[in-house]
Amino acid sequence: MLKAMLSEAWLAMGANRLRTALTMLGMVIGVGAVVIMMAIGQGAQYAVQQTISTMGSNLFIVLSGSFTTAGVRSGSAGAPTLNVADGAAIAELDGVSNVAPTHQGTRQLVYGSQNWSSQVIGTTPEYLDARAWNIVNGAGFGDSDVRSATRVALIGKTVAQNLFGDDDPIGKTMRIQQNPFVVIGVLGSKGQNLDGRDQDDTVIIPLSTAQRKVFGTPFLGSVRMIMVQADSAENMPRVMDSVTSLLRQRHRLREGMPDDFFMRNLSAAAESEAETTRTMSILLGAIASISLLVGGIGIMNIMLVSVTERTREIGIRMAIGARQKDILTQFLLEAVMISFAGCLLGLLLGLAIALGINAFTGMVVVISGSAALVAFAVAATVGIFFGWYPARKAAQLDPIEALRYQ
Amino acid sequence: MAEPVIRVVGLGKSYATAAGLFPALKGVDLEVRPGEYIAIMGPSGSGKSTFMNLLGCLDTPSIGDYYLAGENVAHMEKDALAVLRNRTLGFVFQGFNLLPRMSLQDNVALPLVYAGADKESRRAAACELLDKVGLGKYADSLPNRISGGQQQRVAIARALVNKPRLILADEPTGNLDSHTSEEIMRLFGELNAEGITIVLVTHEPDIAAHAKRQVKFLDGQIVSDHLTGQTA
Repeated sequence: MLKAMLSEAWLAMGANRLRTALTMLGMVIGVGAVVIMMAIGQGAQYAVQQTISTMGSNLFIVLSGSFTTAGVRSGSAGAPTLNVADGAAIAELDGVSNVAPTHQGTRQLVYGSQNWSSQVIGTTPEYLDARAWNIVNGAGFGDSDVRSATRVALIGKTVAQNLFGDDDPIGKTMRIQQNPFVVIGVLGSKGQNLDGRDQDDTVIIPLSTAQRKVFGTPFLGSVRMIMVQADSAENMPRVMDSVTSLLRQRHRLREGMPDDFFMRNLSAAAESEAETTRTMSILLGAIASISLLVGGIGIMNIMLVSVTERTREIGIRMAIGARQKDILTQFLLEAVMISFAGCLLGLLLGLAIALGINAFTGMVVVISGSAALVAFAVAATVGIFFGWYPARKAAQLDPIEALRYQ
Repeated sequence: MAEPVIRVVGLGKSYATAAGLFPALKGVDLEVRPGEYIAIMGPSGSGKSTFMNLLGCLDTPSIGDYYLAGENVAHMEKDALAVLRNRTLGFVFQGFNLLPRMSLQDNVALPLVYAGADKESRRAAACELLDKVGLGKYADSLPNRISGGQQQRVAIARALVNKPRLILADEPTGNLDSHTSEEIMRLFGELNAEGITIVLVTHEPDIAAHAKRQVKFLDGQIVSDHLTGQTA
């Protein structure tokens, strides 16, 4: 019986092809828009998540405080209020998985006839763990290198390309500030960070070497920045609190005195960016679903016209024994079929456009089965919801009136 | 004597109009036995259409009882009436009322769809009946490909497809010329000869003369009821 009704619904749809196609178009555009928006939104979210994961997770930094000389304020990390011992003390706290004091700046690198300006980071071996940074070629330096201030360097991919070209940089000697450094490892690629800066344009050297040979420091052992990694996102606030109280205690700050250091939550910035894209894609999805709603109203409109046009047919069907639910099913099936066909076309159109956007603009799009599933569920719901009223109207016609209808 | 196919007792129907309640049918009694062939006659407004709608279970009476094949259907629910129309009755209309988008075979088989028959048995029954009314070779044509008289034959085939107890025909020749009308009436005569009970509404005495019994309506009441050939 359902099979017979399906083929009847198919016939009815085919009887007025242009009208059916136009009605379907509403659904096609609606579903297509939802699919495209979800693909772009999820793509943006994916791109942000990728960036976050290259930065390292659950990170925050402690910067040394500012100072004021004759009314001129230095900005953060101007005063030498943090030292390596602070870092060691932080490492003892609960919930801290890695601590890396760092000192960084931009310096000119020279190798043979090539030179290149790059970011130089002086730090401890924990830095690589905190940022989940691996070494693809060669090896890293150890604590002994930091203790004895050896002149070894790890270089990023961009530095390797610009300075060494096709040569294998391992074991080669390059100069930073006239000081020779032996390249012992090449870092894995991390790409851009959230600011768009190339994270691979980096040289990493032992902290002590950096302070003594490259940057210089007013007080040996002081650091401008300590990177801290908490063992989980939930522990972040607690760890930040305990670092604050530890440092205040170590720096002998009394109640009421301001902190002589700053703290920045790196992950929070990235997460807020992710949140923004998520909100954006929800918003876009909401706008797209409005067009689905409009498509649904189009279906309802055409079904009402169809019921009026076919009043006599409904009367005949009732006279030869169609029950109310038979008529209801028939018209509901038609609405759902239009809705589903529109949804299928919309899905294909949306996928084609999303892939086109990806191919022509390079924008990341993520096509997920869940988006397709959502679109189909919505189409079925729209078909049944907007088909229900016209179908019920048809089913409740009086057979005598319907038969008399011209 | 066999149980009557139709037994109507004090059947009345009133409609609400702007001028108040209008009694279209004022307490009618009638019995139709199996194998009978009755013509219901009367001018327009005499209540014969109202009476046919009630007989056809398309409408429910205001008062009185209607026993169809022994069962009182006067107060049945809509869906129960739909099942009765499907299983017990066959309709033939003045305007043929075939569905234009369906082949003749599908038109004839449509009542079986609502009866829940499977595709194969629907096809077999439809073909058999189209052959019976002489249109087997047009089974796959659409209704607009054949003449009015042929369309009415298809409609009769559709009325027969569920093997009903009773055929109700409402002005079946109203849209046909006299020659074609004769053919249709001959077909009804043959069906009746096979034992099928027929109730026919017409205002033409020539057509009514084909029936075995004639019932005349006037002002919502039966004014005469006699066998054809006898005077009232």
